[in-house]
Amino acid sequence: MMKRDECFRILARHIKDEAVVATYSSAVDWVGVSPRPLNYLSIGAMGLDSSHGLGLALGRPDKRVVVLQGDGSLLMNLGSLVTIGAVAPKNLVHFVAHNETYEANGGHPIPNRKVDFATMARSAGYAATYDFSDLRMFEQQIAHVLEQGGPVFATLHVEPSGPLMYDYPSLYDPKKREAFKALWKS
Amino acid sequence: MAAPGARKLDGGGIIAAIKASGVEYILSVPDITTSSGLLAPIAQDKELKLIRVCKEDECVGIASGLSYADKRALILIQHTGFLDSINAIRGIAVEFKQPICMMVGLLQHDPDKTPRESSRYGVRIVEPILDDMGISHHVINNDDDIALIAPAIEKAYAESQPVAFLVSRGPDAP
Repeated sequence: MMKRDECFRILARHIKDEAVVATYSSAVDWVGVSPRPLNYLSIGAMGLDSSHGLGLALGRPDKRVVVLQGDGSLLMNLGSLVTIGAVAPKNLVHFVAHNETYEANGGHPIPNRKVDFATMARSAGYAATYDFSDLRMFEQQIAHVLEQGGPVFATLHVEPSGPLMYDYPSLYDPKKREAFKALWKS
Repeated sequence: MAAPGARKLDGGGIIAAIKASGVEYILSVPDITTSSGLLAPIAQDKELKLIRVCKEDECVGIASGLSYADKRALILIQHTGFLDSINAIRGIAVEFKQPICMMVGLLQHDPDKTPRESSRYGVRIVEPILDDMGISHHVINNDDDIALIAPAIEKAYAESQPVAFLVSRGPDAP
């Protein structure tokens, strides 16, 4: 089992001008590791991270989009795997942090902790899928995961975090949306 | 064919208005009111890109993501899907002020009544919900209403705010 923030620190070393979509606990960890204007955090409704990511990827096919979704969030929008698999954007990389809990809502377990998201993504039509539970393996393969033609899906098996500070006014600051848009459309 | 004097709604006219508004993407879950008059011809249209989604709230996220690259989208769904997507519309369209444009078919609605007069509870509550959420909306009932579409979409994107069109009569296929 890995730690989510450790995975994100490794991921951050490979991120350049990609849009990074993140929400709730993943957003808190990601912003702690990599605060940057091309972070897209205003999701607005739990589960829609992957759908925002699809829209961003279609809007700028010349740029790469990385989605950092939680397992509880993806469970609320499992159909998005099928939609993304059908649309098949080559520039979308979709991670799910599988900590088996609704971490931002009290740490309660998801309905089935053993759900296999990578298999679901593969059958939904993703071009490549991965399942990481070893940090060294993740570090060895992350460059390839990010560079290949998508849509790519990767499950990160991580431990639940300790207490996190959810500063929603800062995460959802309208000025951050404006700054993101100015960079993303240019 | 409509009887002489009967009101009608031209699907081809609606599609032309959608194109005139600069919309590039149609995001949809099928709706029987707009199935043959809008969705079927849109699926064959070379200028519009149709994305079929599994659940209506996906459309709200996709349209938001597209808007950051100044790409315009129209969400084509049934009023049941609109009701199911209220939280996404609340968060993304209203609180985050995103230009989410929705065309909503009113299932089993009598086109000679207003939506507020509908015998169907699910249809009757649509306009009051939109009013409470502060979302601009227009009933598209006959050909005279088609002229409302392009300016309303233009305004939604210019002012970064949502808009809803309520299709209260099955459009004729082009």
